[in-house]
Amino acid sequence: MIAMAKSKALGTGIKLYLMACVSLTVVVSGSVIVLLGKESIEFFSQVPFFDFLFGSRWEPLLEPKSFGVLPLLSGTFLIVVGSISIALPFGLLIAIYLSEFASHRFRSIIKPALEILAGIPTVVYGYFALTFVTPILKSIWPETEVFNAASAFIVVGIMILPMVTSLSDDAFRALPSSLKEGAYALGATPLEVSIQVILPAASLRVWAAVILAISRAVGETMAVSIAAGANPKLTLNPLESIQTMTAYIVQVSMGDTPQGGVEYLTCFAVAGLLFVLTWSMNALGSHFIFAKGKN
Amino acid sequence: MAFDKRKIFNTAFFWGCRISTWGAILILGILIYHIVKQGYPWISENFITNFPSRFPHKAGLKSALAGSLWVISFTALIVVPLGVSTSIFLEEYAPRKRYMRWIQINISNLAGMPSIIYGLLGLAIFVRFFNLDRSIWAGALTLSLLVLPVIVIASQGAIRSVPQSIRDAGYALGARKWQVVFQQVIPAAMPGIMTGVILSTSRAIGETAPLIIIGALSYVAYLPEGPMDSFTVLPVQIYNWASRPQESFHGLAAAGIMVLLTILFIMNFIAVYIRQKFTKFKY
Amino acid sequence: MSENIIEAKDLRIFYGMNEAVKGVSFKIKKGEVTAVIGPSGCGKSTVLRSFNRMNDFISNIKITGGLSFEGDEIYGPKMDPAVIRRDIGMVFQRPNPFPKSIYKNIVWGPKINGYKHNWDELVEKALRRAALWDEVKDRLHDSALDLSGGQQQRLCIARTIAMSPKVILMDEPCSALDPKATARIEDLIGELKKRYTIVTVTHNMQQAARISDETAFFYEGELIEFGNTNELFTNPKEKRTEDYITGRFG
Repeated sequence: MIAMAKSKALGTGIKLYLMACVSLTVVVSGSVIVLLGKESIEFFSQVPFFDFLFGSRWEPLLEPKSFGVLPLLSGTFLIVVGSISIALPFGLLIAIYLSEFASHRFRSIIKPALEILAGIPTVVYGYFALTFVTPILKSIWPETEVFNAASAFIVVGIMILPMVTSLSDDAFRALPSSLKEGAYALGATPLEVSIQVILPAASLRVWAAVILAISRAVGETMAVSIAAGANPKLTLNPLESIQTMTAYIVQVSMGDTPQGGVEYLTCFAVAGLLFVLTWSMNALGSHFIFAKGKN
Repeated sequence: MAFDKRKIFNTAFFWGCRISTWGAILILGILIYHIVKQGYPWISENFITNFPSRFPHKAGLKSALAGSLWVISFTALIVVPLGVSTSIFLEEYAPRKRYMRWIQINISNLAGMPSIIYGLLGLAIFVRFFNLDRSIWAGALTLSLLVLPVIVIASQGAIRSVPQSIRDAGYALGARKWQVVFQQVIPAAMPGIMTGVILSTSRAIGETAPLIIIGALSYVAYLPEGPMDSFTVLPVQIYNWASRPQESFHGLAAAGIMVLLTILFIMNFIAVYIRQKFTKFKY
Repeated sequence: MSENIIEAKDLRIFYGMNEAVKGVSFKIKKGEVTAVIGPSGCGKSTVLRSFNRMNDFISNIKITGGLSFEGDEIYGPKMDPAVIRRDIGMVFQRPNPFPKSIYKNIVWGPKINGYKHNWDELVEKALRRAALWDEVKDRLHDSALDLSGGQQQRLCIARTIAMSPKVILMDEPCSALDPKATARIEDLIGELKKRYTIVTVTHNMQQAARISDETAFFYEGELIEFGNTNELFTNPKEKRTEDYITGRFG
């Protein structure tokens, strides 16, 4: 029975190889944490933690240097609020349309079209914001700057809309049809069924969709680098130019910042903050999805 | 007349939903129209065969196209075996234990991690630590990390869609687990895996930020000859053109986007075709 | 005076805390068709799947008591489940051919087990014994999924035969088939018993009466009655058997 022993051994070998592949995914997250942690500690040995987190001036490249991250955070915040206030209402309306009103045929056309929208590279959205959205904004509000937050959050909103739609649509379709039928049988209109029955029942997974979409907007890089500018400032005026955390990292990478200097370390401190924000949102989002999936 | 009010609200709601949906499609149309309008005048044979240049009418995509091809080929070679193997373990071998759930959640978190963080990771590990410099290797390895979780999740879906009865049939014939998995389940899941692999790789073609971080150059006037050469890629070239103030470079950027979107469209088409044509299960 | 091929002694099967099979003992005779009947959830499929250790894939299952095949303990420490499955083949409730050609469906089992054959001959022999040869001989390399449900099920039987098993287990093999295809499978079972021992689970009592030599009646995890099919159906010893076969419950 040599063949049998051989085939058994082969099975064990394959299993070990597969386990090694799986552990790679853990290694990746581990090294991200180690890397960002190590460089951030280095950074905070030179810049006090509170000056970083609560300082309102971000000028790491010019003397006198200042490392208050609030302007970058507010830039990111502006993009997130703007984009989600576009993506959430429209994304939900589309999801309700797809699950409540649309025919099967129509769905099968719309869904791939939305997937295309989600699959367009972000650099393309950046170009669209700069050369199409901004001129329109300018014709309405002449004070609009060439680089402005509004054009960026509009395209980021378009970019994350398919995500809101498809996750919500999944959530609605996972509901038992008896739930809807019961409400319709009582004479409710589709509006009432959607707002009073479907949305509350699917709320956990809709929240998950919102959280994951926000996380995506926080991490979005190219569109904001191209369209929103490189001007870190504390403002809530969407027509001005701003800078997000991600755009700052790109800006430093485009220049010739020497390795090891404090300017270089700022990248990792900002990335560390970015990581903490997006990772916790993703964890919360997938927790909501998994939690509901268990029932 | 309470009912009339409800009816009006409902009709308004219906149209709201409907207009939003058509609006999304319209925006897709506008986006493509705008890009074609801006870029079409710049599409010519020279645009594909010329290197980038300071003079817009001479500038071309040659080095960026070649760079993208190099980087994507290497990325696919690295990540496809890794990603598919990982998904096989998770679907077929993983014990139903708590820590496996953590690994699963970790993978979906990695899939949602901003691409720019992958860029910094690649910079620290591949460019600096392994001294690969700004080479195609460094770019491909960085993109591999980025695409890995996406491929894992897509392949898991494909493997999960193979009915359990196929596995039962295999075991009942005296097969070992690896024989069932590799000779029945994986071949049956292959069309789905291929579709997932192509779609995930096409995502990597459009990635810009991580490659900028690891130092993909924006001006390359030669063709890479090996994986240790420096490189640029299509989206980085597009970014470079788009961030210049001159109108004519914006036209070039649009033309570059047309090329990029065409490539993505072809890859998506192939992926969907494979899924439609070769998926075997109807039961 | 036929010999026994499978023997169970006080066999108990637990799913977690739930005792699904409650200490049953029986002997399955070589070369006969044994039908296992009983209402759904009575444990009949669980017992069948323990013969070739297909229950191994259920995580919280526990099996105690004796269960032997040709005198060897099926759950003995030295028993390799892959080896027992060569001798005890199985046909499932729904036809489950591999999504490959008819030919490959048949040769895969013997090949991975290291058997040496003239493969063309083996395919023809298995298909003839499964009464499928005439229908498919011109399209051996077409996908098995193009066959009808009844043909697929006969292909699954052919695939099992190609392993030259001693026992063939059938888990409600006709439940997904139309009456015509069912009749063909029943005829086939009559043919196959000349060469193989067959144990079939069925919820169809007429079918059990038509095809089997011996019948076992399970109820709520217990073996109520086991004996000659004719006797069990015409003159049941147990009240519960009588109630079941006359349709009072189940």
